[in-house]
Amino acid sequence: MTPTSSDRDPAENSPDQSRLVENLMFFARTLRAAGLPIGPGRIIEALRAVEAIGVGRRDDFYWTLHSVFVNRQDQRPLFDQAFHVFWRNPKLLERMMAMLPPSLTPGGENVDKREELSRRLAEALQAGRATGDGNDGEIPEEEDVEFDAAMTYSDRELLQAIDFEKMSTEELASAKRLVSGMQLPIMALPTRRFAPDPHGRRIDMRATLRAQLRSGGVPALRRRNPRRRHPPLVIICDISGSMSRYSRIVLHFMHAVTNDRDRVFSFLFGTRLTNITRMLRHRDVDVAVDRVAEKVQDWSGGTRIGHCLAEFNAKWSRRILGQGAIVLFISDGLDRDSGEGLTREVERLHKSCRRLIWLNPLLRYDAYEPKSLGAKAIMPHIDDFRPIHNLASLADLTSVLARPGRRRMEGVSRWLEQRNP
Amino acid sequence: MKENTPTSVDETLALLAAGRYVADRSLATALFLALRLKRPLFLEGEAGVGKTEIAKVLAETLQRRLVRLQCYEGLDVASAVYEWNYARQMVEIRLAEAAGDRTRESLGSDIYSERFLIKRPLLQAIESDPAGVPVLLIDELDRTDEPFEAYLLEVLSDFQITIPELGTIKASEPPIVIVTSNRTREIHDALKRRCFYYWVDYPDAKRELEILRVKVPGASDKLSRQVVGFVQKLRKVELFKLPGIAETIDWTEALIQLDRVALDPKAVDDTLGVLLKYQDDIAKIRGSEAAVLLDQVKAEIASAERRP
Repeated sequence: MTPTSSDRDPAENSPDQSRLVENLMFFARTLRAAGLPIGPGRIIEALRAVEAIGVGRRDDFYWTLHSVFVNRQDQRPLFDQAFHVFWRNPKLLERMMAMLPPSLTPGGENVDKREELSRRLAEALQAGRATGDGNDGEIPEEEDVEFDAAMTYSDRELLQAIDFEKMSTEELASAKRLVSGMQLPIMALPTRRFAPDPHGRRIDMRATLRAQLRSGGVPALRRRNPRRRHPPLVIICDISGSMSRYSRIVLHFMHAVTNDRDRVFSFLFGTRLTNITRMLRHRDVDVAVDRVAEKVQDWSGGTRIGHCLAEFNAKWSRRILGQGAIVLFISDGLDRDSGEGLTREVERLHKSCRRLIWLNPLLRYDAYEPKSLGAKAIMPHIDDFRPIHNLASLADLTSVLARPGRRRMEGVSRWLEQRNP
Repeated sequence: MKENTPTSVDETLALLAAGRYVADRSLATALFLALRLKRPLFLEGEAGVGKTEIAKVLAETLQRRLVRLQCYEGLDVASAVYEWNYARQMVEIRLAEAAGDRTRESLGSDIYSERFLIKRPLLQAIESDPAGVPVLLIDELDRTDEPFEAYLLEVLSDFQITIPELGTIKASEPPIVIVTSNRTREIHDALKRRCFYYWVDYPDAKRELEILRVKVPGASDKLSRQVVGFVQKLRKVELFKLPGIAETIDWTEALIQLDRVALDPKAVDDTLGVLLKYQDDIAKIRGSEAAVLLDQVKAEIASAERRP
């Protein structure tokens, strides 16, 4: 939309600068709560910028704040919505600043805007209003902490253990939020590239000579050692009907992991395989998930694990598993094709990656045994087997990926079986 | 400087033909554009479809120097761009110390002079050459890692290399750059953007026959037809690794060495390892499947001969 200069501008009628400051601060906090990375420094910058530009025109004001608060293209829709709601909503204005002229026409455009408001922003605004209620105008700095943390500590503790399947909508929403902040350290492996290291095992001739020349011939050897880096991560997730409760939250998990590091590739499969790597790269989780939903057509349908893995092996494995990737295979192992052709494909997958880790939500039952035909076919070819049904199990993944793991030697065990039947 | 680069797509085709390379018109167009607009040509395709060959043929027919950079993981500036000759530098320092006639500054500027520089492929490629700009082949870029790719960005867009001790060396005219990739890893968009992209596909039957006639002139017409027909059929079967043109040529040569003038099921079974490189694929084709394919090929050739 294009704001006209005849629109009321935030401070036209009010000479009161401190109100504007408050207002800006509130706006910044709202944005922060909605997920934009805005610290106190930015707020000060915004104030300076507004001072410099003046508040004469609404569009100038918009672009001034935009230039300060938005530093990535994908934050723009959120900012746009927040701006228009925040600087126009009469209730907010009355309550929090009472400095703008009472209102704008409750025109259709305005209503539309609010309807399509992203849920996250709505929550953030709500939270902002609640805070504003008690101590109007005077918000102590300490409140920042609470503003950020949507849940208290004990809430989180409880949430950790609840099965995703049994979560209410709100619980699921908070779980998603927790997942999006999750970190997944992967064990770094030595690469063939070197970095300076005083205790390195190799001599860095170039640095040594340069140092020697500088110091005038004192022989001090400079050393270097291989640089370490995490291997690529490939996530292949089942989105069939039996997995539907899990796959949604796993999608959030995949998004968090993708945006946390480079070299992450994500695939979804039900009856066919979809590469969603590019869609998940969008920083905003809601937008990313929407795009994935548009692209994927086999949500909550049947599963053809063997067929999909065959497609992965033929089409993608040579393109992305080349550099010793770790593969997370998320599925319950229930296969519509009853494991047809699955053994071969899982074996091939295992042999072309560094580690194959099977994450299975059914593992939450202590008595679970891989008895389905699909699971039986997968079991002999995986390096690790983990549950994935609540937040705690997701967090547990860390302990698997951050350490060097055992690798199953299929050839050796088969040979041993043949020798000692 | 010699100016013998082609001035039209037809000339490019003729140039490749002179180097015994049978190319599609689309490939010639991409190559012509790359030569004309002096931008790198990025060739992607399955192994054995003749990507590297293009650079070799180009260097040969244009009579340019071929500078080849074979990529591998961990390829760094020291082995791709330049390296100082440390042994000579140290001897020089020692000599200067013994003679005691030079200050530290003069020594410093002395041992970092071009005398002690070992030039690696990228640096060689941007140096001017009386025979015309060289052909720089960056082979199998997907084998290296992202940091090197990022370094290449600078080289490929400005054709200049900065050596801290010497300054920036800039190519007076950009070299002819051919980058190839087997797609074992996705190359970053930023690098692709700087190049003309061309996907080298398997040739159709007509072109493959043409290639075979040029590359293996010793093969009988009947054998060539059957080989091409069989390989074309094979590419329609779901295999893990489809045979490339290189395999077709190898196979024909192998059959000639075995004194075959026509294909028969036994000969196919015996030499299948030349054509297919995965055990699963060989097991799938060997025996009855190969015989069926062969019968189809023979029937098709027979009907084609009857028609005209």
